[in-house]
Amino acid sequence: MSGQHSTYEPKTGFTRWLDSRLPIIRLGWDSFIDFPTPKNLNYWWTFGGVLAMCLGIQIATGVVLAMHYTPDAGLAFNSVEHIMRDVNHGWMIRYIHATGASMFFLAVYIHMLRGVYYGSHKAPREILWILGCVIYLLMMATGFMGYVLPWGQMSYYGAVVITNLFGAFPIIGKGVTTWLWGGFAVDNPTLNRFFSLHYLLPFMIAGVVVLHIWALHVPGNNNPTGVNVKSKEDTIPFHPYYTVKDGFAMVCFLILFAVFVFFMPDALGHADNYVPANPLQTPAHIVPEWYFLPFYAILRAVPDKLTGVLAMFGAVGVLFALPWIDHSKVRSMRYRPAAKLFFIIFVLVCVGLGFCGANPPDKPLFGDGGIGFTLGDANLNSFVWLSRFLTAYYFAFFGILFVLGFVEKPLPVPDSISTPALSEKKG
Amino acid sequence: MLRKTTVLAAFGFALALVGVAAPASAATTEREPKEASWSFEGPFGKFDQAQLQRGYKVYHDVCGTCHGMNLLSYRNLADKGGPFYSEKYPNPNDSPFAKAIAKDFQVADIDSETGDAIQRPATTSDHFRQPFPNEAAARAANGGAAPPDLSLMAKAREGGPRYIYSLLSGFVDPPAGLTVTPGKYYNPYYQGDLSGFWTGAKDKVPVGGLIGMPPPLHDDAVTFDDGTKATIDQQAKDVSAFLAWAAEPHQEERKKTGFAVLIYLAIFAGLLYASYRRVWRNIAH
Ligand code: HEC
Ligand code: HEM
Repeated sequence: MSGQHSTYEPKTGFTRWLDSRLPIIRLGWDSFIDFPTPKNLNYWWTFGGVLAMCLGIQIATGVVLAMHYTPDAGLAFNSVEHIMRDVNHGWMIRYIHATGASMFFLAVYIHMLRGVYYGSHKAPREILWILGCVIYLLMMATGFMGYVLPWGQMSYYGAVVITNLFGAFPIIGKGVTTWLWGGFAVDNPTLNRFFSLHYLLPFMIAGVVVLHIWALHVPGNNNPTGVNVKSKEDTIPFHPYYTVKDGFAMVCFLILFAVFVFFMPDALGHADNYVPANPLQTPAHIVPEWYFLPFYAILRAVPDKLTGVLAMFGAVGVLFALPWIDHSKVRSMRYRPAAKLFFIIFVLVCVGLGFCGANPPDKPLFGDGGIGFTLGDANLNSFVWLSRFLTAYYFAFFGILFVLGFVEKPLPVPDSISTPALSEKKG
Repeated sequence: MLRKTTVLAAFGFALALVGVAAPASAATTEREPKEASWSFEGPFGKFDQAQLQRGYKVYHDVCGTCHGMNLLSYRNLADKGGPFYSEKYPNPNDSPFAKAIAKDFQVADIDSETGDAIQRPATTSDHFRQPFPNEAAARAANGGAAPPDLSLMAKAREGGPRYIYSLLSGFVDPPAGLTVTPGKYYNPYYQGDLSGFWTGAKDKVPVGGLIGMPPPLHDDAVTFDDGTKATIDQQAKDVSAFLAWAAEPHQEERKKTGFAVLIYLAIFAGLLYASYRRVWRNIAH
């Protein structure tokens, strides 16, 4: 895939024959065996491989689940319990798939923050970054629709809340929601189409991942210094160096994964989803899965529904423009102390937003409501006000990055990857 | 290059997410479930078969008159890990215990010769018999509140078995000043908002709610075959254990498999780390 000279040499008669017809082994060789990779990649770079593994796990377990699942509003809940109880190892397959979604998002968030920190989104990797954002959007759609399939209380009311968001748009809103539902409420047609799309999207993700890796292999990997590869000294072949390093990281990730699957499989879910969907009984608190909580908090931070919906979509949309917002010539924040500080705050703010999303907006942060005073429409001592401040920072961060590009004075950047690697032994 | 702090941070982040996922309540209140422990808790926990049998007895004699458990079949009682499992009968459908339990229930069927609706004794493959023919009947018999199915109850409430145990053993006389609707019962562990029923001081509204279930347990209302004294507390604990098993019959198998998987992965990770160190030994990085 790369512009690199290929070193693949077919050794047998068959591989020579194949190579002159469909050079697929050469493609694999050039991409994953001989691919010149910076020698200083740290463990944050292993999450790309972890993500590929997660996608594989989700597809493999998902296909098996689909063999036993029934997408019918009257039968879906019990068909999932049939998987849990009667299908051989069905409980394991389902727990892996359910936990796997969380693990996938954990990995993608680390992968994306890694990109922001080390400037991996900057030229010449803008397309690579945008393809990543497309993958992320597809993942969110897939995760959301997957959560609806067991047709428990949270499935149902999650679907109601999210599809109703589209109703906030003027004129077209009502038509769009009816179109999404396939009727006048979330019901059997909604479940059926969500199942169909939940099966389809992962394969579309797989397609975009191919493009993503293609776009990676043209400019090659970024690295923790953000300095371009200058000579052969700076790189090592992907195999065996990174196959073994990524492999080690993947197995460590699998250990965390297994702890959740086998010892706390329901910790990341919600008890209400073990109650069959009941359109007549709204649960006391509707909360999405943890990986959507920051966006849920942004949505609820804004009093006006339409503005809230736009802010929520904007929070994802702004990522697409990041390569042009963060225009500092220095890629890695390792040499950008100010940017680094704002970045660390940004990460904390995202976690804080997740916390706000999990709590009712009017709940006091401290004490039982006696403390604090009313500001605007709510007590200042409440989650809604916290989420407003955090939302403001979330968006301000991108403005700060833009301004820093002009005013920040970066630290000296090493001449090449090999220079610091030889002197300071740091990751 | 292995930055322990960064790896730790990643783990910490993952754990923080678990904390974040815990929801909270607003206007409604309920008392924290009581402290209680069961043999099946923790990574090494196993169900206590005698307790499961007592728990089934409580369900059969008491709860079953109002609550169904539609996700269970009689054969499940004799499944591996279940209350009536015996090594002699690897196939639960052969189990004399499951057969004996099933045949005492009459279930609806169609006579295949005549097509008439009939009642016949249940077999091991039948689902637990529903106490009411439909939800309307269940509601009508219980003052408007349909008793929920108990198959998944231990997973469907925050706190699981601890919640069920606290609810069942936590019925108390309503505090003076609380107007209890006829057919409802005060329970501090049940989630509710009692401000509308409270005539006392505004900031002293009792925690808990009014539930449509009359206190179901009474001392010695059941007799345990193993001689255990049937206090309310004991019955509540045993039936909660039974419901925990019923909600996830493969729990023991899950944890056992988990250990094998973790040991395998740990060894695999160790080997990979050693290979990594060896492969990279000549690379300055
Ligand atoms: C006389 C009928 C009756 C009996 C016997 C009975 N219940 Fe109930 N139960 C109900 C009704 C009715 C409700 C629904 C209450 C409501 O919604 O207000 C209920 C609700 C419950 C709930 C759900 C509480 C919640 O959080 O929503 C649990 C758990 C429960 N019962 C367990 C049991 C157990 C265990 C037993 C046996 C020890 C039992 N019940 C015996 C009638 C009964
Ligand atoms: C299905 C999900 C995804 C898979 C399977 C995947 C896979 C990969 C792989 C294998 C790599 C190379 C190894 C690495 O650098 O970590 C990579 C790199 C990259 N990915 Fe992804 N990715 C996914 C999602 C995303 C998303 C959502 C984004 C950002 C929005 C993203 C942005 C990037 C960037 C910028 C790089 C280059 C990193 C560098 O070299 O510095 N990826 N991805």
